[in-house]
Amino acid sequence: MNAQNRAKSRWLCGWTAMALGVGVAVPAQAHEMEGDVFSAVMLDRLEARNDNGVYTAYWEGQGWMGGDLNKAWFKTEGETGQGKAQAADAQLVYSRAIAPFWDAQIGARHDFQSGGMPSRDWLAVALKGLAPYNFDVDAGAFFGSQGAAARFKASYNLLLTQRLALLPEAEANLYSKADPQRALGTGLSNLDLSLLVKYEIRREFAPYLGVMWSNKYGATAGYARLNGVPANQMFYVAGVRLWW
Amino acid sequence: MKLRRPLPPAEAVSLPRRHFVQGLAACGVMAGLGLPSFASSAEAGPRELSGQEFDLVISELPVNFTGQAAIATVVNGQLPGPTLRWREGDTVTLRVTNRLRVETSIHWHGIILPAAMDGVPGLSFDGIAPGETYVYRFQVGQSGTYWYHAHSGFQEQTGVFGAIVIEPVQQRQPRMREHVVMFSDWTDEDPARVYAKLKTYDGYYNYARPTVADLLQQAKKEGWSRAWQERMMWDEMRMSPRDLADVSGATYTFLANGTTPQANWTAQFDNGEKVRLRIINASAMTYFDVRIPGLKMTVVAADGQEVHPVTADEFRIATAETYDVLVEPQSDQAYTIFAQTMDRSGFARATLAPRLGMSAEVPALDPVPTLTMADMGMAHNGHGPASHDASAQDHSSHDHSGHDHSDDDMEGMEMDDGMVMDEQPAKPDMAKKPDMMEIKHHPATENTPGSSMQAQVVSTRLDDPGVGLRNNGRRVLTYADLRTVGSWQDPREPGRTVELHLTGNMQRYMWSFDGVEYADAAPMRLTYGERVRIVLVNDTMMDHPIHLHGMWSELEDQRDEFQVRKHTVRVQPGHALSYRVSAHALGRWAYHCHLAYHMNGGMFREVVVA
Repeated sequence: MNAQNRAKSRWLCGWTAMALGVGVAVPAQAHEMEGDVFSAVMLDRLEARNDNGVYTAYWEGQGWMGGDLNKAWFKTEGETGQGKAQAADAQLVYSRAIAPFWDAQIGARHDFQSGGMPSRDWLAVALKGLAPYNFDVDAGAFFGSQGAAARFKASYNLLLTQRLALLPEAEANLYSKADPQRALGTGLSNLDLSLLVKYEIRREFAPYLGVMWSNKYGATAGYARLNGVPANQMFYVAGVRLWW
Repeated sequence: MKLRRPLPPAEAVSLPRRHFVQGLAACGVMAGLGLPSFASSAEAGPRELSGQEFDLVISELPVNFTGQAAIATVVNGQLPGPTLRWREGDTVTLRVTNRLRVETSIHWHGIILPAAMDGVPGLSFDGIAPGETYVYRFQVGQSGTYWYHAHSGFQEQTGVFGAIVIEPVQQRQPRMREHVVMFSDWTDEDPARVYAKLKTYDGYYNYARPTVADLLQQAKKEGWSRAWQERMMWDEMRMSPRDLADVSGATYTFLANGTTPQANWTAQFDNGEKVRLRIINASAMTYFDVRIPGLKMTVVAADGQEVHPVTADEFRIATAETYDVLVEPQSDQAYTIFAQTMDRSGFARATLAPRLGMSAEVPALDPVPTLTMADMGMAHNGHGPASHDASAQDHSSHDHSGHDHSDDDMEGMEMDDGMVMDEQPAKPDMAKKPDMMEIKHHPATENTPGSSMQAQVVSTRLDDPGVGLRNNGRRVLTYADLRTVGSWQDPREPGRTVELHLTGNMQRYMWSFDGVEYADAAPMRLTYGERVRIVLVNDTMMDHPIHLHGMWSELEDQRDEFQVRKHTVRVQPGHALSYRVSAHALGRWAYHCHLAYHMNGGMFREVVVA
């Protein structure tokens, strides 16, 4: 039951399985492969967004495979509008428990090529876990030929009843260098705040409704305006959380 | 799956809405077999085998407890398996045949026997391979109520268990009518899947998590500031005061003698007669609070060992414990044997009645209890939370907020095999220990992601009935009420003390002793013939039933005097207790938390007596 060694030996296995999960993740059973290897796939947000009649689709998901302390972890998020991908990225990281509530992660992030925007590759490091007062936190830093970037995500699950919950969520992205080809300026590029009301029919199936404020800043806001997208938008969202 | 028979008429049972899986009225095992009569098992209970030679066959059995077909693993085609009736002094031979596709085993829980007969694969023997028969043979040197179960995979969860009743050579109690009442928890899910779900989300089966609604209710009663403060304290620690059971009625149907609450297993009595109930908790994960409204229970034995009779309205039975109680129904009516789970997510139920077909009112479940800061082993003066503060930085420096001790003051303690050994001889004075004890030292191995909490101040009181039972208006049995007849089995003072901390991380669903899981731990070594004191400190917020194989655990009271002899000792959260063990059993033995998913997770040690 030496989880550490086992996870090392299964590193490739986990990598392959995670790679299969790009986009809408493959429903992998969370059963034991052998010994103490577990896996889970969680599509935390799969939603339609509406801003004055303009619809976009958004997803945010993760999956992991491994033991208690060492896991291969896959993360993805992205947005498509009118059938065309606007932005999507995926990360595959090695995740190691370093404290009771925290994992340190290191791996790769790939920003997909879409809508005339070139792809980008990053080295990814992150601290992921549960902060005091039960905030889910994922703080990532990324390094590549485009300089450095950071992404900070935090959410809170406020149970109104056993099945009905209020979920405030925040995500911010920062870039050290402007990337005009991807319509990104220097510094804080965007801050998204969501407030979702989720009803858990089952743990694995939880539809939600909510609002989202998407704010772009600095040069990133300028690029958006040039493309005819306002810097500050409010969306109504409807979606579902799916676990396997 | 369709039912083969119509359901019997609904009974006057008020079923609480909180309850999820109530179970079918028709008994599952019989439905699976397609036998004609629904009532047969509800009346008979487990069949009994007696003598000195036994043939037991472990196989799969289709069952239906919930309306959904499932496969159980059982002994001799029944759930529970047959009750084995032995006689003290006899040599019994048990031929156990494996008709499963996987390895199996039988462990005789609480029986003192040679290591090779103990039935733990990897320690006692190699397990029983499919198609093979293992012959257990040993002399029975004790009497009372015990049980047997598989020690392989999750087969105990899926039905491989049964009762053992050993007749004493000298009967101290007059012969009387008796019934075995065996409680268990059944899930239609694959237990491996249950375990995997807990690894993914520790609260998966918990539908009593603290909500805003709870907060409002508490604020109404105790005021906003107090309610808010308390919530903030729990949230800061990332712990839940409703962490009462890992697996709940959300997936479990609770059974009495393999019978659902609806099907209502019934034990018969004649008016005015004394009846002995041999109550066994054969569940994988569930603590039951047992009472029989309208009847006083006189507890006469615990874990098979006779105790000075003590009367109670209610007792909590931890997983793997057994209690013998006497009841004396004085009127021609039915009584409900009500066993609600500690987390109040459901109940098992049976009936004691002069005639079959009778039933009595089933009480409502008590409110879901809430753990307190004291249950967390937290100081009452509130100098900081007991949990690790777990940011990456201060983990590396082992600086836990709320703990101002440094690693330097570990003098007088010796780290050995991940165990803290205090070599000082036993205290000669018999003064009563204080009710609260400060835990100044924690093993350094606890500083691991697998352990999220360290108790600061723990209770040493044995008269605490536990969360949800305190001041409930009923006379609730505690360990302080249990006095085994006689004295220590071995009058020597312990030569040394071994302290062991029960550790875990609920959020990661990891369980261990001293922060070290079984796979990474060196065995705990006892010298053959020595008398040792084991101190258990609970550094988690859960109650753990700790079972030492092969040797008795003789609990000390607060004066270090003899309290009760047990095979499974329940350690409440925020508590520490101690017991004495005589290492008179050569060989390799299992020592573990008897909650199946905790044991599987690594809250397990090998004990080597050599």
